[in-house]
Amino acid sequence: MNRFVFILCALVAAPLSAQNQDVGSPIAEGGEVETVFQEAEPVGLTGSTTDESDWSDIGVAIAGFAADRDQPTPANANGTAALGREVARVITANLRNNGIFRPVGPDSLPQPSFAQITSPSWGSWSGRGVEMLVHGYVSGRADGRLVVGCYLYDVALQEELVREGWVVPPADWRRAAHKCSDLIYSRLTGESPFFDSRIAYIAETGPKDARVKRLAIMDSDGANHRFLTLGSATALTPRYSPDYKRLLYLSYVDGNPRIYVYDIGTGRQQLVAETGNPTLAPRWSPDGRFILYSMAVAGNTDIYRVPASGGTPVRLTNTPGIDIGGSYSPDGSKIVFESDRSGSQQCYVMDADGSNQRRLTFFGGRCATPEWSPRGDQIAFTRIAGDFNIAVMNPNGRNLRVLTSGWQDEAPTWAPNGRIIQFFRTARNSGSSALWQVDLTGRNERKLNTPVDASDPAWGPILP
Amino acid sequence: MKTNFATYAVLAGTIALAACAKKAPEELPPPPEQTVTETQTPVATTPTGPVLGSQAHFENAVNGQNVIYFDTDRFNIDSADAAALQTQAQYLATYPSISITIEGHTDERGTREYNLALGERRANAAKNYLVSLGVATSRIRTVSFGKERPIALASNAAAWAQNRRAVSVVIN
Repeated sequence: MNRFVFILCALVAAPLSAQNQDVGSPIAEGGEVETVFQEAEPVGLTGSTTDESDWSDIGVAIAGFAADRDQPTPANANGTAALGREVARVITANLRNNGIFRPVGPDSLPQPSFAQITSPSWGSWSGRGVEMLVHGYVSGRADGRLVVGCYLYDVALQEELVREGWVVPPADWRRAAHKCSDLIYSRLTGESPFFDSRIAYIAETGPKDARVKRLAIMDSDGANHRFLTLGSATALTPRYSPDYKRLLYLSYVDGNPRIYVYDIGTGRQQLVAETGNPTLAPRWSPDGRFILYSMAVAGNTDIYRVPASGGTPVRLTNTPGIDIGGSYSPDGSKIVFESDRSGSQQCYVMDADGSNQRRLTFFGGRCATPEWSPRGDQIAFTRIAGDFNIAVMNPNGRNLRVLTSGWQDEAPTWAPNGRIIQFFRTARNSGSSALWQVDLTGRNERKLNTPVDASDPAWGPILP
Repeated sequence: MKTNFATYAVLAGTIALAACAKKAPEELPPPPEQTVTETQTPVATTPTGPVLGSQAHFENAVNGQNVIYFDTDRFNIDSADAAALQTQAQYLATYPSISITIEGHTDERGTREYNLALGERRANAAKNYLVSLGVATSRIRTVSFGKERPIALASNAAAWAQNRRAVSVVIN
């Protein structure tokens, strides 16, 4: 019963080419699914500061990135000059969707020359009602890689605020745009970055009583979308490993609910625990060294921890109720989880070794799917009080704040910087579902565009 | 799916059974034509009826009581469930070569992971009751589908009552 071994699941070890089908990407060539090492080359940082009295709704002009010379590149059929404008469009969309900027994109702005990137033509920018100006360049290297530089200027002060540059493979050109978005966002808000990250989720199609549920991944802005499973077996509840190389998720591929670890680079997957029992609700520890899972034995579900490299699992809970899920604090010392040991679903916290279990939530209604913020200062959860809503509380179970008001909003997941929460919203009767996000403040709620219906979002950390 | 519709067709025919009255779904989907002819088969064991080892044979023999229903968030076996499971146990005693899978389901008004665990609880509650009646553990497999496979598609109390269920299915 307690012997757990990793076994190869030959059933689903189909070739990657057969499993990957890039249907959702807006670009002809998607970035590699496997993380590609990216050099960061900060060209230099200025120490200047500027007026930060009110950065919300700040006007930002993002001009087309200039090319030192127009070169062919695999990243764009029309060469690096066209790619430069595309980079600026991606940044514009990022800032617009964030809700706290008022971006103006390259299609309604003059195109600066390469020389103007480091020396803006201030006269053409001061009359446009924008406080900030983004310039940048794209340059093809001899080895085929792209150098992308990103500059943020204060228009009123006519001063550079920050600059940074990156070298990326052509397939990962969008990552440079996300890096630049992060640079702008962080500099203007003081918050940590989040754009250069990915989301795993479950793509749903078909009628309510015959729903097809497939594992899918995409960039934080919805680009580079890929289906990872074919849909013949129901897939649920994915979680990215901290290094983005693997995904934990639940699959019915052998007819039973079991959690697997899927290697994104090879397309192969392994059963996490061969027990003969249902395994559910997989989670990574923040350092990626451990996997939490829940297992039902004779109908009783408890939480277990096993080294990600395989080995002997440790049972962390042992009450007769359903103990399930679990989310580590960022320092890995504590786990918040869900249990109905009191008679209804509530959130509990325990030390990472399973000791000191205590109930956190007492505010009426139920607490489900708790997720610890990457910043450590909040816990998001599904609050069930009539309808299902996304709520946050602090780690001692106080200061409840309900952020959404859908009929059925569930399964929150945090942006890497802990400022935005994604979740999925299910519609009454039709059962159609979509990914949504909301600020920690409860503002800027919006639906994410996915190729088909979507559920179970899992936002990964900032890309390595 | 077809077998489940058949289930309701049979249930509709036997709705007068007192044991079923408490939890009978309020809204029943119209029975497909072919299942109507099945229910007209007088006795399951007659040569003209469904073949032994088929789901239809099982459902006919237990008079549609291969499905039991649960109250919200509950997984206990009440008197109606017990009566249905006794009928199933009799069938399994009569046909010792038959094994079954009990599928545990929930309504949609729960979070996904918790509902998977709750469906597992329900399937095991049904299994344990059958075992207490003498059915060998090895003949009963359980699987939970949580809220992933509803049979009634509306979002109202009547539909949810139909979806909180444990379904016994003959393993072929």
